[in-house]
Amino acid sequence: MKKPEIAIVGGGPAGLSAALSAVRQGAQVMLIDRDPVLGGQLVKQTHMFFGSKKQYAAIRGIDIPQKLLAALQEEGNGKFDPRVNTTVLGCYDDGVLLLEKEDRAELIQPRKIIIATGAAEKMLPFPGNDLPGVYGAGAVQTLMNVYGIKPGTRVLMIGAGNIGLIVSYQLLQAGVEVTAIIEGAPKIGGYLVHATKVRRAGIPILTSHTIKKAYGCDSVEGAVLCNLDEKWCAVPGTEQSLAVDVICLAVGLTPQTELLWQAGCEQQYLPELGGYVPLRSEKMQTSLSHLFVAGDAACIEEAGSAMVEGKIAGLFAAADLGYAENVEALNETFSRELEELRSGPAGAKIRQGLSRLKGGAQVC
Amino acid sequence: MRIKDHPIIDFQRGKQVTFSFNGRQVTAYEGETIAAALHAAGVRVLSHSHKLKRPRGFFCAIGNCSSCLMQVNGEFNVRICITPAREGDRVEMQQGRGEIVEKT
Amino acid sequence: MLEKTGVPDADQIKKITPSPGRLKKGPVAVVECFQSIPCDPCRYACRQEAIKEFKDINDLPVIDHDLCNGCGSCISKCPGLAIFVIDDTYSEKEGLVKLPYEYLPLPRPEEEENGIDTEGWEVCSARVVKVQNAKVLDRTPVVWLTVPREHLMKVRNFLRKGGA
Repeated sequence: MKKPEIAIVGGGPAGLSAALSAVRQGAQVMLIDRDPVLGGQLVKQTHMFFGSKKQYAAIRGIDIPQKLLAALQEEGNGKFDPRVNTTVLGCYDDGVLLLEKEDRAELIQPRKIIIATGAAEKMLPFPGNDLPGVYGAGAVQTLMNVYGIKPGTRVLMIGAGNIGLIVSYQLLQAGVEVTAIIEGAPKIGGYLVHATKVRRAGIPILTSHTIKKAYGCDSVEGAVLCNLDEKWCAVPGTEQSLAVDVICLAVGLTPQTELLWQAGCEQQYLPELGGYVPLRSEKMQTSLSHLFVAGDAACIEEAGSAMVEGKIAGLFAAADLGYAENVEALNETFSRELEELRSGPAGAKIRQGLSRLKGGAQVC
Repeated sequence: MRIKDHPIIDFQRGKQVTFSFNGRQVTAYEGETIAAALHAAGVRVLSHSHKLKRPRGFFCAIGNCSSCLMQVNGEFNVRICITPAREGDRVEMQQGRGEIVEKT
Repeated sequence: MLEKTGVPDADQIKKITPSPGRLKKGPVAVVECFQSIPCDPCRYACRQEAIKEFKDINDLPVIDHDLCNGCGSCISKCPGLAIFVIDDTYSEKEGLVKLPYEYLPLPRPEEEENGIDTEGWEVCSARVVKVQNAKVLDRTPVVWLTVPREHLMKVRNFLRKGGA
């Protein structure tokens, strides 16, 4: 059984940053991802990132994996072992991981594990939500930005958070019509600069609106919308029908914590952070000392914060193995970065969630 | 359905491969998944629910939701949204839950 | 209004509009960023240091219109595509708007287009003067449009008359 020093599950922004941080400290890292290419959801993000230079602000998401991978190749010194097309099927309480690649199983026993499995999309219940033509926003992005295939011709976007707004913009760039973005809440949840961008491109954003049903025979032919009052109840008589062949769901994300459950990490339900999240210390260490967590698997946030959490998790996983050079100074830098990203009004929900994490601010 | 010109992305499509879907020939680009190629070819119904036989389509694209399970080269329950199309693949809509077929 | 519809209101626009005195002096950037989010690339895009140093990365950008020379370097560096350059001195009747445009096909100089406002409505005719698309802009081309001067603070997009 192979015993890498650190195994990281998930090669998105958090996992790649964790790998770089750990390798820089001198640790040996195996980075495992089920996709054929590393980068996670970054490979679909055609827009420029926010944040500061340290989180690649003003760089397009699609260009960030190459930057991180180039640094990993350069600074890895043979200590970086990427494993693509590999799914982690099991994370056991004795620290063993079960890997599957092309129908072959392998057990490994890393000394430290960083779970950076990201998020899963939430679903919205409404009649007809199982019809072909109803997609998760991630699937629309995959079709459009990875394979260059249009999802359809006329789209109804559900959700005006950042994903709903960004994917609407990306649909326009791909030459697909977006008839409307609807949002149940009375306010737009995503960054307002994304909202102004789609508005001036002619897409209406209908807040306090929801979908009543999707209709169609073998696939979506349209949707019925209605207004919501301040108690989120449908207002009778406000129904309107829209002829669309695509309904795109962008109604939020929830941490992908299956492996953490299986390992036996303590978790807490915090809606502000996206659902069940693992308890962890400021070092991103879970209730099991060999297990660290980073990114959307720890709490639903922007990719910028996921990258910084990755750096922290990688730093302390390496430190626990004795690669402890400069840990305090590096941690101070990373923690300040994270604090800055979360300190404004846009980070209020995250701050509230973290303060409710059992034991107060991020203490296990 | 394929995007030709994109303001941000330069799609580098590989060479073409052909597979059969329910006996009909479908073209894909190397590296493309079976589901993506079917979508580009206008196929929207990928499976049916077991009980009510309601149509199911492309939904998650990451191998999570099981909407796209099909029989590929005899093997049942293949997640075609994460399975690259290969020259000569025989892809069929699956009826029912399928069986475990021992691989040779 | 903005939070509900995605359209900035008249008060918000008034606050970020350069003074009449500054407008008389030539091109100047307008920063239509109205929400505190953690983001600061505009500050580093400006060689004139017209965009003030951020105390906190969540601060709204503050631009000193007197230091801004309207060069437009910030337009393609704003991840929110929220910065525009306007020039009220272009001609007697026309002003110039420089805006980020990440769609295909790109327009050609001399083409007549429809000027679009922040709500997506057509407000006037707009003529393409120039299309900047150098490598340094990293796939965010900047389109220069002339519009009637009274629409300088309105036109923020355009629709190609020959179809999108």
